[in-house]
Amino acid sequence: MEYTDVVMENFTCPKHVGEIEDANGVGQVGSPACGDIMKIFLKINGDGVIEDASFKTFGCGAAVASSSMATDMIIGKTIEEAGKFKNSDVVDALGGLPAEKIHCSVLAAEAIQAAIEDYHKNKA
Amino acid sequence: MKRIYLDHAATTPVDPAVVETMLPFFTEYFGNPSSVYTEGRGVKKSIEAARLQIAKAINADPREIYFTGSGSEADNWAIKGIAMKNQAKGKHIITSTIEHHAVLHTCEYLEKQGFEVTYLPVDEDGLISLDDLRNAIRKDTILVTIMFANNEIGTVEPIKEIGEIVKEKGIIFHTDAVQALGNIPVDVKDLNVDLLSISAHKIYGPKGIGALFIRKGVPIDNLIHGGAQERKKRAGTENTAEIVAFGKAAEMATEHLAENAAHMKKLRDLLIKGVMDNIPQVRLNGHPEKRLPGNANFCFDYIEGESILLSLDIIGIAGSSGSACTSGSLDPSHVLLAIGLPAGVAHGSLRLTIGKHTTAEDINYVVDNLIQIIERLRKMSPINADCPIDDAVFDKAAHHHH
Repeated sequence: MEYTDVVMENFTCPKHVGEIEDANGVGQVGSPACGDIMKIFLKINGDGVIEDASFKTFGCGAAVASSSMATDMIIGKTIEEAGKFKNSDVVDALGGLPAEKIHCSVLAAEAIQAAIEDYHKNKA
Repeated sequence: MKRIYLDHAATTPVDPAVVETMLPFFTEYFGNPSSVYTEGRGVKKSIEAARLQIAKAINADPREIYFTGSGSEADNWAIKGIAMKNQAKGKHIITSTIEHHAVLHTCEYLEKQGFEVTYLPVDEDGLISLDDLRNAIRKDTILVTIMFANNEIGTVEPIKEIGEIVKEKGIIFHTDAVQALGNIPVDVKDLNVDLLSISAHKIYGPKGIGALFIRKGVPIDNLIHGGAQERKKRAGTENTAEIVAFGKAAEMATEHLAENAAHMKKLRDLLIKGVMDNIPQVRLNGHPEKRLPGNANFCFDYIEGESILLSLDIIGIAGSSGSACTSGSLDPSHVLLAIGLPAGVAHGSLRLTIGKHTTAEDINYVVDNLIQIIERLRKMSPINADCPIDDAVFDKAAHHHH
């Protein structure tokens, strides 16, 4: 099993780690039994644009790198655009993931969708 | 960058003296030991000298030592060979839940062939209970196989006591001593074992060579069929170079056992103290005293093992983990689950195993850096003492099955 340089960069110096205090969409997926938990924080403005995103992750190198890359990619996108965000987008941006680590990218995409759902719920 | 290798339970570097011993057997002494001419006879003598070195290392007779391709082969041979040969007497085998996969998967295979296997549980320190063993023994029990020392948590099982119980009942007793040799005394006469597996690459010998001790008179079938090598018990042209290397490594391991063990134990205790005193929310896995001199195994709450390993690797430290992410499977270590750890905690394990060349300076460097790595990863983690995992997380995760 080998990680790409992009994965290692995103693991050693992850972008957007931490919580956003005034986040209006928060999503958490995974379980410690599986070995991965991802929590994603979104700050979405009145125009439906993701102004900021951050994450907290319990997991392996691929899980941390996927969280870092995914949050970085959705900042500046509208929630409609982010709603179409797929795990393969993360995998491609990371230059690939080992087969047994693909689920980490799935988790990142699911955490984003969960955060967007949470935003809609909060708004309603 | 200087590398600090702390995974000696996985494998060890081949000692230069061992390399020197084996090299001429690739070139000058290349003959087939089965050949009757000079080239063959000379090599045959070297193999028998190595057999004597191994025998001395475990207090056996050289005629009780059989070379194999690995520790795993020795385990397979011991278990399958005894099962096949003795099945008319019974088809029940007793083992433990924390065995190496070479034992566990062999037992599972035999279950498919109609054998019954009892897997003895272990306590929170990884020890089996002698009462459990006594209660598990049946009239049709033909084999007990319990490891000498656990490869992950380092716990040393009460082999001598097990041997006494098993001998009294007339049952055959095998132990996987791959992790024990070179770390603690291994004496087959004192231990009452009938079969014992060992491997060269854990004692500064090469990979690809192991041995099975078979007490004289123990009825066992062959595993590898073919030529008449190894006194007709294990076919295949002898791996001459590695056999002489194994002999040399075993001799060195025995000669320096006391000093190597004392050195490793001192550094292990330094490492354990450094980690336990400086890092909160950590647990030492394995028995606090009855453990291998070079083994330290920790669980750090709220973080995952592979990210610890990657972080250590970047700064030059090699260790291992029982996390699913590092095993290639999706479940955390069966050993950590067997000592009662929840899966979420087992994922955060780190095993560091010390060797004869490890220094106190290495250990201090590891402790200093580990403190920072654990702190950094915990800051990144969504779970902590104030924010434990709640049921809602599991609900949301319900669809996330591997």
